[in-house]
Amino acid sequence: MKVLGRLWLILVFIFLYAPIAVMILISFNSGESTTEMQGLSLYWYRELFRDKATLEALKNTLLLSVSAAVLSTVIGTLAAVGIDRMKNRFMRGAVMSVTNIPMMNPDIVTGISLMLLFVFVGTLLGLESYLSFWTLLIAHVTFNLPYVILSVLPKIKQMDKNIPEAALDLGCTPWQSFFRVELPFIMPGIATGFIMAFTLSFDDFVISNFTSGSSFETLTIHIYSMIKKSVKPDIYALSTLIFAVVLLLLVVSNLSDRDGEPAKEKSPERRGAARFRGKEGGAAK
Amino acid sequence: MAARGTRGQGLMARAAASPHIVWSVLFIIAPLLFVVYYTFTDADGAFTTENVSRLFTSNYVLIFVNSVCLAFIATVICLVIAYPTAYLFSRMKAKRQRAAVLLIMIPLWMNFLITTYSWMTLLEDTGIINSALRRIGLGAAHMINTPGAVVVGMVFCFLPYMILPIYTVMSGIDEKLLEASADLGCNGWQRLVRVVMPMSLSGVVSGITMVFVPSISTFYISQKLGGGTFQLIGDTIESYFVGSAINYHFGAALSLVLMVLILISMAVMNHYTDSESGERTKMV
Repeated sequence: MKVLGRLWLILVFIFLYAPIAVMILISFNSGESTTEMQGLSLYWYRELFRDKATLEALKNTLLLSVSAAVLSTVIGTLAAVGIDRMKNRFMRGAVMSVTNIPMMNPDIVTGISLMLLFVFVGTLLGLESYLSFWTLLIAHVTFNLPYVILSVLPKIKQMDKNIPEAALDLGCTPWQSFFRVELPFIMPGIATGFIMAFTLSFDDFVISNFTSGSSFETLTIHIYSMIKKSVKPDIYALSTLIFAVVLLLLVVSNLSDRDGEPAKEKSPERRGAARFRGKEGGAAK
Repeated sequence: MAARGTRGQGLMARAAASPHIVWSVLFIIAPLLFVVYYTFTDADGAFTTENVSRLFTSNYVLIFVNSVCLAFIATVICLVIAYPTAYLFSRMKAKRQRAAVLLIMIPLWMNFLITTYSWMTLLEDTGIINSALRRIGLGAAHMINTPGAVVVGMVFCFLPYMILPIYTVMSGIDEKLLEASADLGCNGWQRLVRVVMPMSLSGVVSGITMVFVPSISTFYISQKLGGGTFQLIGDTIESYFVGSAINYHFGAALSLVLMVLILISMAVMNHYTDSESGERTKMV
């Protein structure tokens, strides 16, 4: 039984890592083929750093994901504070349901619904090219918001409501009590939300595909257009580099909180959910 | 003083959520209304039901049936692979569990377009798997551009979304319950079927939605691994928005049906499991 279990896990991991292994191997190919190894070389890594379009797309992606993450973290944190204090149950339920829509809808529907809005408003205003950095930013903030709110809200709920009240009694203004007492307490939730928003944005493909114009290309859109033509190993080289960075970050963050919370509390499900958008979305990603 | 503080806070709270509420109305609700608007208008903006009636022609019904079938098969395969995997994870030592979960999450961080492309490299007629088969003397198998290849791509992309929620629920099951069931005479198999399975139902349900929804609406997996030999809903929708035959109105109708289909099935499933797991918890 034990041997069988181990064998099963090995097979599952082979399945999950086979394409990644292929990607890493081919990135060191000296030839142009993506199916046959002709020899080992770093040629495609050099090519990658000479390719202006790819570097430009990487820069665009970083700019977009940081802006979207900052904006959605600010709006989302404020929203979580507001939702937590809403007295009216109906109102609160309505806001939460609407917030969850982008998480439940398939990414393709979120993408085309936003595209239709932009198309409609764009034509109304008589703009020629209405899809730009700004439409992408709006789209990314929209799909990030539920994840930020869902990371911050539980932290606010955990907080003892007597603490900010005590701050008020001790003479804080409501603003001071928020910034000095509540904000530090919910900071871990805000940080999680920010990181989640950043990775979702960085990885998003499906929604960006419908809301980006030709003027502003993100990395995933760039990869998609490259894949439509013939793929050269440079795209594998790029992914191998991203893979290395991600691996490094994950290992470092895992080592650093080894003494912290036990594994179970890390809620892989939530992170998984986040990636989920990313995936088809992000990963799609 | 205190009263003023509370009221001030109430006002502040209302104001705090307002950017989000405005944002939601503008960019969540309004876009969905535009989907409905485009569904029921033609290119001149006049009301029409033609887009909807066109959906029920055999061509599009077939596309819907195909997509539902492939997504269903991919979901079942994911469940069959994920359930024992999650169970095995939850029986490991804490330290190993962390490592295992990390290993499941790493593929999620990869760009799906690229891993899908890697699968092309693996499955092609002259690809890695076929060259290996040839080398050991087994004939080559045609795999790329078949529905099977699309299912493999879906299972690869979304398997972690099945494993992670099931694992989370399983690792939360109290060890004492399992011990109690053993004390009361359950063998390992009975323990799995009678205790672990009912308690992990909620994880299974979230896993199913997390796999089924992206599977049914994917378009790049079917484009790359299906080779455009057959169309899924996602491909069809995409082709009406960014493809050569742009028709926002009909594309909107397709998306509307897809959305309604998914929301209904999720509502049914949530309803079913809420009552189910509620009862189970009471029983336990």
